[in-house]
Amino acid sequence: MIEGILIGLSTALTLQNIFMVMIGCFFGTIIGMLPGLGPMTAIALMIPITYGFDPATGLILMAGVYYGAVFGGSTSSILLNAPGVPGTVATSFDGYPMAQQGKAGKALAIAAWSSFAGGTFSAIYLLFLAPSLSKVSLSFRSPDYFALMILGLTAIAAFSSKGQFLKAMMMVVLGLMLASVGQDSLSDITRFTFNNMNLTDGISFVLVVMATFAMSEALTIILKRNDPTAAAKQVSLTELGSIKINKEDRKKMYKTIPRSSVIGFLIGVLPGAGATIASFLAYGMERNLVNDDEKQKFGKGSINGLSAPETANNAACSGSFVPMLTLGIPGSGTTAVMLGALLGFGVQPGPRLYMTNPEIFWSIIMSMYIGMVILLILNLPLIPYIARILAVPKNYLIPLILFFSITGIYVMSFNNFDIYLMIGIAVVATFLRLYDFPMPPLILAFVLGGLMEENLRRSLLLSNGSWEFLWARTLTLCILLITAFIVIWHIYKTFKKN
Amino acid sequence: MNINTTKIISLLFFIFSVFYLYTAYQIQVFAFDENAPFNAKTFPIYLGYAGLFFSGLKLILPDPETIKVEHRNLEYKKTAILIIIAIIYGATILKVGYFLTTSFFLFGSYYFLGERRWILMFLLSFPFVAAFMYLLHGVLEIYLRDPFLQLIGVMG
Repeated sequence: MIEGILIGLSTALTLQNIFMVMIGCFFGTIIGMLPGLGPMTAIALMIPITYGFDPATGLILMAGVYYGAVFGGSTSSILLNAPGVPGTVATSFDGYPMAQQGKAGKALAIAAWSSFAGGTFSAIYLLFLAPSLSKVSLSFRSPDYFALMILGLTAIAAFSSKGQFLKAMMMVVLGLMLASVGQDSLSDITRFTFNNMNLTDGISFVLVVMATFAMSEALTIILKRNDPTAAAKQVSLTELGSIKINKEDRKKMYKTIPRSSVIGFLIGVLPGAGATIASFLAYGMERNLVNDDEKQKFGKGSINGLSAPETANNAACSGSFVPMLTLGIPGSGTTAVMLGALLGFGVQPGPRLYMTNPEIFWSIIMSMYIGMVILLILNLPLIPYIARILAVPKNYLIPLILFFSITGIYVMSFNNFDIYLMIGIAVVATFLRLYDFPMPPLILAFVLGGLMEENLRRSLLLSNGSWEFLWARTLTLCILLITAFIVIWHIYKTFKKN
Repeated sequence: MNINTTKIISLLFFIFSVFYLYTAYQIQVFAFDENAPFNAKTFPIYLGYAGLFFSGLKLILPDPETIKVEHRNLEYKKTAILIIIAIIYGATILKVGYFLTTSFFLFGSYYFLGERRWILMFLLSFPFVAAFMYLLHGVLEIYLRDPFLQLIGVMG
């Protein structure tokens, strides 16, 4: 293994490859910041370019683009409340409030360090656990996935404080209802489309997230412009761009990062689960583990609340390479594109890759890690300048947010209907936000909805309609017991406080 | 009044859930799937009942916290104008093209939000959109439909 790591390092650390990873990080960050263009698009755009290079250089360029795009997604989440990719939605819950409090630079720095730490931890897990974890990922069955989705929904507890539980649950149901629009995944029967062809493929995630986060945020700012209670705090540019993380904040991150990296990596290993569920689960878990004072800060700019999903989504990205490299199964859209690129280079991922070509296996792992290091070195000095986006006057910033949101949808579908739908959802979301209906549970449910239905369907069909599948397998039962424990614990704590 | 608004939203959600549930029952499934333990309408039916349950509870139970929204302080007029501009933008983007509609959308939005620095408004609309278009269409090769630019021969 050591020999493999050294070969991987020697390949990744040549001058040409370091230059490539720098170029990749730069373009990845720019692409990732544009709504609707996530890591998957960024890598897909790079594939034709990489075919001109040798496989190692091509993969290193893609690694840089990949991590750059993930960081770019976090940047737009934190600064504009516009998460362009599902994996960075949870980042905006506390990152955006921090930016609104004039701590944009600090929030970006925490996100960058947490991502890096998440990637570092997951690289270590990958080194030691990759071959054995690939077997674990295959042992997950539909009932386990369904139980995992239920566990993921417990993250809504984080948004149901101060008697808001019913509002959060209503938003969950609304999110699941929106996810049910379109063709049924198994029978292809159309549901809730009202004979409108534009709805046949369902409502896209980017549309819902742009409408409920970026667009409705922009409309809320305009709506509350003269509201004396919502007057924006004036902050200096130095404060806005400061990337200093003090000792107290670091202490919080030291606790959050290891546990979030474990959960992120494990979820990432499971095919189909991915960075989104990992980040939501880590966010929910973190809120359950912190003390009551810190718990109150969740959703209002908590350090733990920002660090946890950022660590987890990056750890999950690395984790998703386990099934891809060891089994040849792409666990997410991004790894599917990477798999295509690998096949194009003549590299066949699968169980034999680790045994017969360890140098390729380790070169890929090492180039991913070097990509992360370079990204940190490149982007940390740029944070003070990136954070100044928030210093742009509202009269310019709001139209620009609307423009980015609409462009994000337009380049995806070239369809007027999607733009109208987005405006409609944004108006409803703005009204709901006025009355404290939380939007994150809606997004969480929307992301989990399709997967949940699919796994519930498979489980029920396999068990002939019996709900016994919930306790028939030890793994399912364990996940459900953890879920029950979290729910009971939350209820107990609420009662105790009252 | 303010407590009622939350209740009214809950009532609207309840009515929406009734409509959703009714539509869920109307979903046509294949004959061989009708008695299957799970078909295309099973999950939506569960969701419809869940919507009724939670919104019903919200309607019945007292509100733990009153949310006060001072409507007098809210800028409904400017928000409505911005929404209308966005709708017009959406309606014209395919026919007129990305460059002109986006530039006018940005320029109009700056104007209605109270901006009057004309040069800055111009720079942050027409040249800005041109540069952004070049990044998307020229550098990243993401297709942007633009009949206007095609007509004047700028875009192929």
